Order: sequence, then C-alpha cells, then structure tokens
Amino acid sequence: MSLAIDTIEHMFDHGQMSSALAVAPAHAAVAASAETATTADAVQVADTVQVADTVQVADTVQALQERIRSMQATKLDSRLLPTHPAIAELLPGGGLQQGAAYSVERSAMLVMTLLAGPSAAGSWCAVVGVPEFGVEAASRFGIDLERLVLVPHPGDQWLAVTAAVADVMGVVVTRPPKQASDASVARLSARLRQRGATMLVLGTWPQSEAMLSLSDSEWFGVGEGHGHLAARQVTVTVTHRLTGRPRSARLWLPAADETVQRVSRAGGVASAAPLAATG
Amino acid sequence: MSRRPGAGAGPGTDPGAGLPRVVVLWCPDWPVTAAIRAAGLPADAPVALIAKGVVFACSASARAEGIARGLRLREAQARLPHLTALDYDPALDNRAFEPLIAAVEHLVPGVQLVRPGVCAVRIRGAARYYGGERAAALALTSQLDELGAGGARAGIGDGLFTAEQAARRANPVHIVAEGGAAEFLAPLDVGLLEEEGQPGIVTLLRRLGIRTLGEFAQLGADDVRLRFGEQGARVHALSGGRDSLPLSPRTPPRDLDVVVDFEPALDRVDQVAFGVRAAAERFIDDLTAAKLVCTAIRVQLDSDSDERSERVWLHPRSFTAADVVDRVRWQLQGSGVIDAALSSGITRVSVAPEAVDAIGNHETGLWGSGPDERVHHGLSRVQSMLGHGAVLMPVLSGGRTLADRQQLVAWGDRPVAGRSAAEPWPGRLPDPLPGTVFVPRHPVHVLSKAGEPVAMDARGTLTAPPRRFSAGRTELTITRWAGPWPLDERWWTSGARAAWRFQAVDSSGCAWLLVLDSGGWWAEARYD
Repeated sequence: MSLAIDTIEHMFDHGQMSSALAVAPAHAAVAASAETATTADAVQVADTVQVADTVQVADTVQALQERIRSMQATKLDSRLLPTHPAIAELLPGGGLQQGAAYSVERSAMLVMTLLAGPSAAGSWCAVVGVPEFGVEAASRFGIDLERLVLVPHPGDQWLAVTAAVADVMGVVVTRPPKQASDASVARLSARLRQRGATMLVLGTWPQSEAMLSLSDSEWFGVGEGHGHLAARQVTVTVTHRLTGRPRSARLWLPAADETVQRVSRAGGVASAAPLAATG
Repeated sequence: MSRRPGAGAGPGTDPGAGLPRVVVLWCPDWPVTAAIRAAGLPADAPVALIAKGVVFACSASARAEGIARGLRLREAQARLPHLTALDYDPALDNRAFEPLIAAVEHLVPGVQLVRPGVCAVRIRGAARYYGGERAAALALTSQLDELGAGGARAGIGDGLFTAEQAARRANPVHIVAEGGAAEFLAPLDVGLLEEEGQPGIVTLLRRLGIRTLGEFAQLGADDVRLRFGEQGARVHALSGGRDSLPLSPRTPPRDLDVVVDFEPALDRVDQVAFGVRAAAERFIDDLTAAKLVCTAIRVQLDSDSDERSERVWLHPRSFTAADVVDRVRWQLQGSGVIDAALSSGITRVSVAPEAVDAIGNHETGLWGSGPDERVHHGLSRVQSMLGHGAVLMPVLSGGRTLADRQQLVAWGDRPVAGRSAAEPWPGRLPDPLPGTVFVPRHPVHVLSKAGEPVAMDARGTLTAPPRRFSAGRTELTITRWAGPWPLDERWWTSGARAAWRFQAVDSSGCAWLLVLDSGGWWAEARYD
C-alpha cells in the first residue's frame, strides 16, 4: 500500500523541478558566459555583458579547482563510459565515469539517453526500484533489452539489492527510498568505486558526480485537440559537484525522428522541421 | 539362444527358427489413461486428447459415443457435448509409463520400450520361473493392472512384430506357438506394415492384389528385394514371421530423483529449506557422478492437508545444490517472506531432473566462460534475496496498449512466445513512446474550464475541452491536448476493451497519456 502511495507521490515530481530551476537562470547566465569564453562550447546564451575581470576570476577559480580535484583523485585514471554525444559534452570529463553516481532529475527519457551509449557498447544495465520504466521506449532509445535487467520492487532491501546488482552491472539506474541513511549512501558509493559501476540516481544523491536536470520543456506537434506529440525541445542542465557550475544545452529530446540532438543555433528555423514532418 | 536372430531371413529356412520368444505388453489407450490419471478424472470419463485440432486418442466411453481418432474437435464436441477435451502431451505419456516399465523390470530384466504404452521383454526365463508362458504373461499383466494400466494385454510370439500383433488380439493373453508365426500372420491385413513405416509399399501391394501378409510372404524374397530394396526385404521378412531386428533391452536409468519426507510435517519455509539441503547436495552429486548437469528440475511438494504443488524450474546455466534449495524455497513461499508460516505442514519434497545435459557441454573454458556467468551469479543472489519473480528481463510483444507491448520474464525463464511486436498493430500509440508507463494505471479526474468532469458522448465527441486534471490533491493545467483516439479491442470476446486515448501537455511542459474508459479517467503514461 505504501508503495502505491509512493508512486502517486512521485507521479507529479516533475512539477517541482521546473519551479526549482526557475531561480537558477541568473546564476547560470554568469557562469555560462564564462564557459563560452574559455571553451568553444555551444552553450545557448543570449549576448550578455562580458566583463574581463569576471572571466579572469572564473579562470583562476577553475584552475584552482582542477588542481584540488587532481590532488583529491583516488585513482590515477578513471575510465569513461561512452554516452550520447549531445549530453557527453555537458558532463564533466566528457562522459559517464565508472564508479561515480549521477543524480538525474525525474526524466525517463534523459535516463534512457544516458543508458543508450553504455548499452550499445556492451554494458549490462539494471533498473532497480523503478517499476514504471517504459521498456519499449528504452528499446527505441537504443538500449539493448538482452542486456537490461529490471528489479522493480526491491522493497526494504533496496541497499543490499542495489549493491548486489552494482557488483555485476555496468550501469545501475535506481531510485533510493526516502529513508536512505547517510551510512548506506557512503557504503554504496564505496562499493561503486570499488566495482567501477556507474549509478544513475533518480532524485537527489549526496555524493553525486554531477546533477542533471531538465527545464523549459516544450512539445511540438500537438495542438488544441489535434495532432500528436512529435518532438520536444528541452534545456538539459548539468551541475558539476566540485565546480558547482551549471552547463546547459538546448536539446531535441526526442526529435521527430526519435533521435536526440542539439538544437541548432538557428532554433526558429529548425523547430519548423518537426512540425512539418508531423503534418 | 546365442544364434544371430537374423540368420533365418533367407528363403527356404524354417521361419521363426532362432528368434527369441518375446512377450509384448500393451496398455490399450495409454495416452488417454495417462491423461485421465494426470488430470484426476474418473476412469470412465469421456475424454479425448486433441493434437493439432483433431482427436488423437479417446477413451472407451467416448468411443462408444462415436468419437474416433482423426475427428475434428468441433465435430467431436457436437457428437458428445460433455466430452472432456485435453491437449495431447507426449512427454506425459513417457513420464507416466516410466513406473510401469520399472515394475516390469522388477519382475523380468531386459525390457525394451517400444513406445509409451507398449513394451517388450524376453519370456524364456520368466516362463521357466512361473511354470509356463501363460502364467508368466498373466503375472506381468496383473502387475501392470495394479499400477493402473487399465486392462493390459500380453502377446507372446517369435520376435517383436509377431508378439505385438498377438497382443493386439489378446484378451488378456494370446500365445503364438513357437514356429507358428507365419501361420498366425498369414490371414492378417497387409495394412499392418504401415506401422512399420512402409506406407508406400502397402499401397503398391494393394494395387498388385496382395491383401494379406500371407500372400506377401509367398513372394520370392529375392524378387521382393529386387523390386522394393532393403526396406521391402525387411517387411517381407516380417510378414513371413521372420523378425530380423533383435530385442534391444534398455539399460535402466539411474534413479536421480530425491525425496525427502518430513515426520512430523514442517510448517515453516526456512525449516523445509534446511531439511532439503542435504538431499539437494546428494541430487547434484548423483548427477555429477552420472556425468550430467541439470538445466531444469521438477519440484513437487506434498502437504499434510493433501495439497500438492508441482512446478518446473528452469536454469539459464545448470543447477547447483544451492540453486535447488532456492527453487524449493521460492515454490514454498510464493510471494511471502522467508520466515512466513505455511498454511499447512509440508510432509514430502521431491526433486526430479526434468532436463539434463552432458557435463562436457557445461564445462567452463580455460579462460572462464565470460562475463555473463558473473552477471548470472549476481542476479541469482538478488533472486535468493527477493524471490524468483523479482528479477525480470524485458521482452517486447505485440499489442496496442503500452502494458500489452512490454512483457517481463523472470531471470532464467524462457519468454512465452506471444504476439509478435514486429506486426503493424494499427491503433497503437504514435512515436515517440512515453518513457514512464504506470502499471497499474493511476486514476485521475479531468475537468473542463467550468470545473465539470469531462466525458464522452455517444457519438464519440468530448462534452467539453479538457482544461485541468488532478490526482489526489495535485492539480495540473492542460495547455494543449490531442485526441480522442478510439481503442476498441476484442469486442467479440469477453475480454473486450474499449477506451479513448488522449495526449495532454501540462503547464510545466510535461506530457501525459490519459485514457478514458468505462471506469473513468486514468493516467497511463508520462512523456518525461
């Protein structure tokens, strides 16, 4: 019974997300403008005032953080799992790191996009505690169902089950119960590092490598009682644990041809294409 | 007896000379007898076994009402409305016949299984022991009848073919005297050779005017060989009472089943699991000693309230002792927890190998057998924590609703071959598909601008455009929507389903799949 209540509670989680992100843009804009200056990253930001000393400060902070990170690193090299290029560019290191946990805002399509790369590369994937995971959509995103394992209801043995699954799987998607204690979080994180498994957590996770969230979701192809859902534009924001700096990109998730791709800069022209395609 | 049985095949030799005396034991309507016993029906129930839509075998009471082999099921049901139609299961025949063979072996060694329901054994030793062939045959048939063979018959003759034909004419014993095989077979119809796998020859012989085995046997052996080849020569020898194939008695299989009896009955899952452990190890050790591994087991549980639970468990690789104990435990606990009390005490657990394979095929390679074994061990651990059905593999299947199209199979089981997802399935959801599918669906309320519930009228139009929807206390505004798309499935059966589907986008930009059916509005999936 508590399970059903839990699911109903989660059903509307999506609504909270956009409100939480509504306060972020001001902060994001400054940080992201620094990003455009330092790297040639295709971040969709309007022309903002670029103050030279802000850039300098940001550079210094980033350099210092890089040093701290290299000194804190527990391994010499952590291997990367390939993931979808559109999202990989936003992730720290350019991919999913083995042994790390990523916190993903409740979006099944974003999780599937992240899983598709490792699954295509031969990793086994597991989904623990997410009974509503849409299997057919997963296969459309390119996840190999032969190497996908579901444990929909781990119940009160969530920690033991997730740890056992993380021992043998490349990527584990999980939703922690609300009462997950700090100790169990720490134990699971240590297990992940040891086994080199990547965990995608639906919801917040204290030791996550990065936090991925969605905002400004906009569906195309549907009108007032006509058409059907065809394509969606959404802003994916990745916040790194150490830098705390969000990087974001506008993506087609999914595009009209069921792929995931960057929205080209001439967004107005490109957005007409999927609409025309749906008729 | 040591002369080669085929030595008498040449022309001019004494027919039947050198052939062993054989008794064939025949249980009439064996598939029906086995099925009736397995289904727990009364022995005289009208039963027909159906294979590929036609009657494969029927019981004597059904035959009396006009049911015959080869009749279509529908016609058989028309002739006898209270006919019990069961699916024909060849494996059940074999399995049920096994104890009968064992009983015959107990009396006389060297039994050959001809097919389920028919077995053959040399009678010479038994005839001396029981003081005559008739006495020996009666001893065997009465032994079979005790085990529920339902009127076993015995035929004694020189060679297998003669003895089997004698059994068909027995009541309950028919003896063809030594050397009298040709004389016994001569008046029989030539069509009997069809069962020996020579239907082409039978048709040809009929067209040549040869109607009995005796007429066929009178043809010269060399001529028959020239015209019909080796196969023809063999049936020619058969019809002359010279059975050239020796009896090949089976080697009794090792009894690999293990049975554990509990006295007094145990009523806790963990106690039973502990009690089975030693037997499970013995089971696996016996298999290993026989150079076999087991890939499927049949676990049978008997309780003190005369309940019986039987189930076959598959294994993606091969069973170990711990796996066997796990399967027994899962079967006991069902969906309950490990230390749950059972409704009635367990008195007996029996484990039988259902599918075995040579151990050589399952040996790990020099560098191990790859990562999949590791995966299997990890997932088996999760299964032993949560139960067999907790670890699932997804398979796509055909259908129009999202829940129909995804099928979940427990790790280690084979997917049930269902409807193919590759078919077009008109009426399914348009792409892209929702990433979150609610199973079961959540009830919601969909309201119009005025706050009235939105409904569908008889002509399939909405009473008002949907503006808001809510579940519990949360309420979302619908900014855009599409639909209704009708779904009207299987209206000709009791499992009919009629619904209207909608897509709706809420103010936060999240899209939903809403369904309206006779039970009201439901949120079936979310595009997030």
